[in-house]
Amino acid sequence: MTIAPIVRTVRVKAPPARAFDIFASQMGRWWPTGKTIASKPHVEIVLEPRPGGAWFERDADGEETHWGKVIAWDPPRRMLLGWQINSGWRHDATVQTEVELTFAPDGAGALVTLEHRDLERFGADADKMAGLLGNGWPGFLHAYAGLAGAHVQQGEGS
Amino acid sequence: MAYQSAAAEALSALADPTRRAIFERLAAGPSAVGRLAAGMPVTRPAVSQHLRVLKAAGLVAETAQGARRVYRVDPRGIGAMRDWLDDHWATALDAFATFADQQVPETDAP
Repeated sequence: MTIAPIVRTVRVKAPPARAFDIFASQMGRWWPTGKTIASKPHVEIVLEPRPGGAWFERDADGEETHWGKVIAWDPPRRMLLGWQINSGWRHDATVQTEVELTFAPDGAGALVTLEHRDLERFGADADKMAGLLGNGWPGFLHAYAGLAGAHVQQGEGS
Repeated sequence: MAYQSAAAEALSALADPTRRAIFERLAAGPSAVGRLAAGMPVTRPAVSQHLRVLKAAGLVAETAQGARRVYRVDPRGIGAMRDWLDDHWATALDAFATFADQQVPETDAP
C-alpha cells in the first residue's frame, strides 16, 4: 500500500540560504506553540545541523522530547529529516517517515517545498497496534486524542 | 474536523467491553468470525453484530477469503493521520513564512 506524500510549498522574502537558516536554527521561534508532541509547551526546538543530528523539543523545565533525526544536511538547498513520530503521536524510533525540505531561489526570495513521504509506514505502525494496545487502553485513547487534536486535551490548570 | 467525529464514533464503538475485546483480538492479527467467537462468552451471531458496529465506526475491515470473511483492523486511521499532518504542515509552514518575513532582511534588493 502506498499513500500519496504530503507536499506543501510556501514563498518567503529571504533568499534560500537565509530561509534555510531561519527554518533550522530558529524552529522553536516560528513553530506554532501547542503544535508539538510533548505534554508541556516548547521553549526551544533543536535541529542539530549535521547528518545523524538529533531533532527534539525542550520545555521550560529542560525536559527534552525527541522528534527524530537529520538524515541529510545540504545547506542552503536541502535538508532531509527523519520524522520518528508514530500514529499515536509519540516518539518512536522504529517508525520513521521522511520530511524533505528544499529551498529554491524565487526572485529575490525563496520557494520552500516540504514533502512528507513514506506515509504507508504508519500502516506498518497500524499493524503494530497490538503493541499499542499492549500498553493498555490509555495508549489507544491517546492515539485517538492525538488524531482529534486539542479536542481531548486537558488544560494545564494554570 | 472530520476525524474528530470519526474518532468520537470509534471511541463510542469501543466503549462496549465485548467489542473492545474483539477489536483487541483483531489488532493481534486478522481473523474469521468463527475463530473470534471461539473462546468468547458470546454467540457467533453476537460477534457478527459487534463486527458490524466496529466496521461502521471505521475500526475494522472485512475481506472475502474463499467462502469465509476475514476481519482485520482497518488502516483508515492512517488517512486521518495524513489529513492531520497535511493541516499541520500547512499551519507550520505559514507560521514559518510569517516569522521569516518579519526578520530583518539580509538580502540586497532585487
